[in-house]
Amino acid sequence: MKYYILIVACCFINIVHSQNCDSRFYGEVHDFHDGSPIIAATIYIETLDKYTTTDIDGKFSIANLCDGKLIVSISHLGCETKRLEIQISGDSFYVINLEHHIEELNEVKVEGKTITKLTKTSQETLLKTDAIERFSAFSLGDALKQVSGVSSINTGNSIVKPVINGLHSSRIIVMTNGVRLQDQEWGIEHAPNIDLNTVGSVNVIKGADALAYGGDAIGGVIVLQPSNVSLKDSLYGKTIISGHTNGRGFSLNSSLTKTYKKGWYVGAQATMKRFGDFETPDYNLTNTGLNSKGFSIKSGYKTFERGFNIYYSYLNNDIAILKSSHIGSIEDLVNAINSQQPLVIEDFSYNIEAPRQDVTHQIIKADFYKRFKKFGRLQVQYDFQNNQRFEYDIRVGDDRDKPAIDLTLKTHTIRTNLKVDSKSDRTYKFGLNVGYQNNFANPETGVRRLIPDYDKYDAGAFAISDFRLSDKTNLNLGFRYDFSRIDAKKFYITSRWEERNYDADFSNIVIDDLGSQLLTNPVFDYHNISASAGIAYKINDNDSFMFNYGLSNRAPNPSELFSDGLHHSAARIELGDLRMKQETSNRISGTYKYNRNALSINLEAFYNQISDYIFIEPTGTELTIRGAFPVWSYNQTNASLLGLDVTANYKFNEHWLLNNKSSFIKGRDLTKKQALIDIPSFKTVNILGYSNKRWLQLNTELQSELVLRQNEFPDNNFDVYIPTTDSEVLLDISSPPPTYHLLHFHNDITLNLSKQTNLNIGLNITNIFNTSYREYLNRLRYFADDLGRNIMLQVKFNY
Amino acid sequence: MNTLKNNLKSTFLILLSTIIFTGCSDDDNPEVVIQEEVITTLTATLVPEGGGTTITFKSLDLDGKDGPNPPVFTVSEDLLANTTYNGSMEILNETESPAEDVTEEIKELDKEHQFFFQATNSIATFTYVDFDGDSNPLGLEFTLTTSATPGSGTITITLRHEPNKSASGVSDGDIANAGGETDVQAIFPITVK
Repeated sequence: MKYYILIVACCFINIVHSQNCDSRFYGEVHDFHDGSPIIAATIYIETLDKYTTTDIDGKFSIANLCDGKLIVSISHLGCETKRLEIQISGDSFYVINLEHHIEELNEVKVEGKTITKLTKTSQETLLKTDAIERFSAFSLGDALKQVSGVSSINTGNSIVKPVINGLHSSRIIVMTNGVRLQDQEWGIEHAPNIDLNTVGSVNVIKGADALAYGGDAIGGVIVLQPSNVSLKDSLYGKTIISGHTNGRGFSLNSSLTKTYKKGWYVGAQATMKRFGDFETPDYNLTNTGLNSKGFSIKSGYKTFERGFNIYYSYLNNDIAILKSSHIGSIEDLVNAINSQQPLVIEDFSYNIEAPRQDVTHQIIKADFYKRFKKFGRLQVQYDFQNNQRFEYDIRVGDDRDKPAIDLTLKTHTIRTNLKVDSKSDRTYKFGLNVGYQNNFANPETGVRRLIPDYDKYDAGAFAISDFRLSDKTNLNLGFRYDFSRIDAKKFYITSRWEERNYDADFSNIVIDDLGSQLLTNPVFDYHNISASAGIAYKINDNDSFMFNYGLSNRAPNPSELFSDGLHHSAARIELGDLRMKQETSNRISGTYKYNRNALSINLEAFYNQISDYIFIEPTGTELTIRGAFPVWSYNQTNASLLGLDVTANYKFNEHWLLNNKSSFIKGRDLTKKQALIDIPSFKTVNILGYSNKRWLQLNTELQSELVLRQNEFPDNNFDVYIPTTDSEVLLDISSPPPTYHLLHFHNDITLNLSKQTNLNIGLNITNIFNTSYREYLNRLRYFADDLGRNIMLQVKFNY
Repeated sequence: MNTLKNNLKSTFLILLSTIIFTGCSDDDNPEVVIQEEVITTLTATLVPEGGGTTITFKSLDLDGKDGPNPPVFTVSEDLLANTTYNGSMEILNETESPAEDVTEEIKELDKEHQFFFQATNSIATFTYVDFDGDSNPLGLEFTLTTSATPGSGTITITLRHEPNKSASGVSDGDIANAGGETDVQAIFPITVK
């Protein structure tokens, strides 16, 4: 690796080889990006203890040197210092390129530098490592709830999906380490397969403005980035251990990274979590344990000019689902809703029994980048993801141990990104991506496929430009086009085919008639156009605002198109529709930031109008030979979402802090003129914090979380006939649970064991008063209360 | 660095060809899912004690548990008041041809099955006649005794797979604590005259 020196130089070769001490070392120092001269850079000859600085043209000269080797270091404010070995042979001229405005570069960030936001004109929130580590034992969805405007839709407490401004699942892109996560995110009960411990920082971008990641993120983009690798010879790592009273669980995470000054690095990380049954204030939540194992390894070579990374990650989550949520028919559902208590309550156990999910996600990634002088940076990346999802239902007889759902999703993606940043006042980003995805639904389950086998092909291209119009104004414009084709092979029961009137509209896609079933080959092409425009204006040092407009399309996902039949883990019949059209979102948003003395306020407002918004809602019951089941159908409507997210901070003094995060959102079905289903209710979180660096860096905070009852919801209740009692009973499937208020406590101290090592001890209590509550966006709210008090002790060892 | 670049280039080429290859090779049609224990038909045959017209209750759902068409419940004739009928059950899977007789399987796995009978408006009472290897009721054979006075209501017959036969009341035919999985639930509108 003799190429580590960042020199693009021309040398004057002196043929005379006699010992000469009249030689001159001279040259110019340039900015790598745009080639402009760097003024007042220091040129220091370490071997001779001589130095000079560059002039207004970036030129320098040191005379009276003897021929031979010199060690020179070149430094400048805002640049990373370069150390070079120089061969002097007569008068020698060098052009030295320095990496200027280093703080803007993601790739060579020195540890300790602020992690920057990814956008300048979008509503974006950044969570740093400290804020993430606190959730080491929890899920991504739990950690993201620290961001105002982000809530979650849950299936129990271990399956947590983030909701950004009221939108979730396929409407949110999760990028992990540069890879767009493909883990069957269409399902509400499918949590993102992310081990938070692989993550160094999280950027939450609301709305679809981050076109570089995809055009269909109507809800937003969550960008997870690993911790930065510093360019020095170092070996470091951390271990986080936590123990929890609720669920009697523990979590263990450990990582180790070795870095070399020349740019090489290698690292590994492993996580293990084990929880038993969780509990509410009043009873045990039988069969709610969790067993999670994961590890990742990474290696690569990183310099400013070029580098590559390879990465592999493995994550297996075995998640138990509340036993009482398994219902046999609508009669059980009525009983469950009316009884207000789970039907099965057993003693605590670590056992994970059906119903349960066993999901394994693997990612392989390789990328390569090169920076071109006076031009920009090109990156090429390939990634492969394998997602294996088993869902085990309570089954009987020979099928007992067979999964009811067995899906394997394989995704290959190649993406290239070009960033042209040679001009400091404008940046252009261009990108291309192609992808191939295959879903295989294993017929061995003995259960008709809820999601069919399909191949999906994607291709996308984008162009984004950032302009700095003045010191106060930034402008961003972006455009993106995506093509996607879904080519499925799906069996329909003939009676369902006819009931949905597909025989009239789709008779051409039938490829085989098996009597009671038809094999069809639906092929759908979608063209998605997305665009964004944003402007950020800084009125003065204290006030600034941003305005943004985003247009995006989202193609319907496989469940919205193809779902057909009994979803066993949900005990409901789910029906998709082949006629689904793309959703189109027009979102405008405005942000105002106020920052004066002790007070800072961030107000984020948005209005999102979505044409052909796809949603699932209860539509009645279907009687089968096994009894009646609730039917949930996917429908489309024109919808609007309007909301305001507030983050406010007030520092009383050096130690005391008050923080508020509130979000308000209103979702309307514009066609039916009623509220939308599954819209998060008003939530406000107030934190009173005290910190004192002198008392072992004490941080302590008391958190109050108030969630009001969602009073705006569609009434999808209906009467059901209960044969055993010969009665019609109202099935209250719609009414949201009441308002709740929880108090949480967090406390941590840090002990410095040596210069390089410290020990952080944290004590967290959530739901201090052991309050009983249910959350509207928890699908298991029909069956049981949410979690009671949890005391967690976390020990974090940095070395 | 050049070798590195070349290595990367060839890696990408290999990966690209893998994608193209996997993308084109899989043109086979997916296999039909063979659903185990599909039940389409339940027939209860009721022979009055001391002679008379045999009555049949039939539930037929040819698209089974996943199809949209509801089961059709038919009762061949009104029941007579104050009469005891000797009942027997036949369970079929008519999606196969010839139809598969599921009754045999229930008999073989008798400990894993139980029928439950319920009548509204007290129009009938039921007694188990057959028992499994553990002497718990099964219900393929049963008696139905109609009320002394005429009336109308429904009779619900439920077949549970792996019920908890030792749970309270289950051996007396109370379904409330039975658990397990419902294989068939048939609701017959009945008139006792």
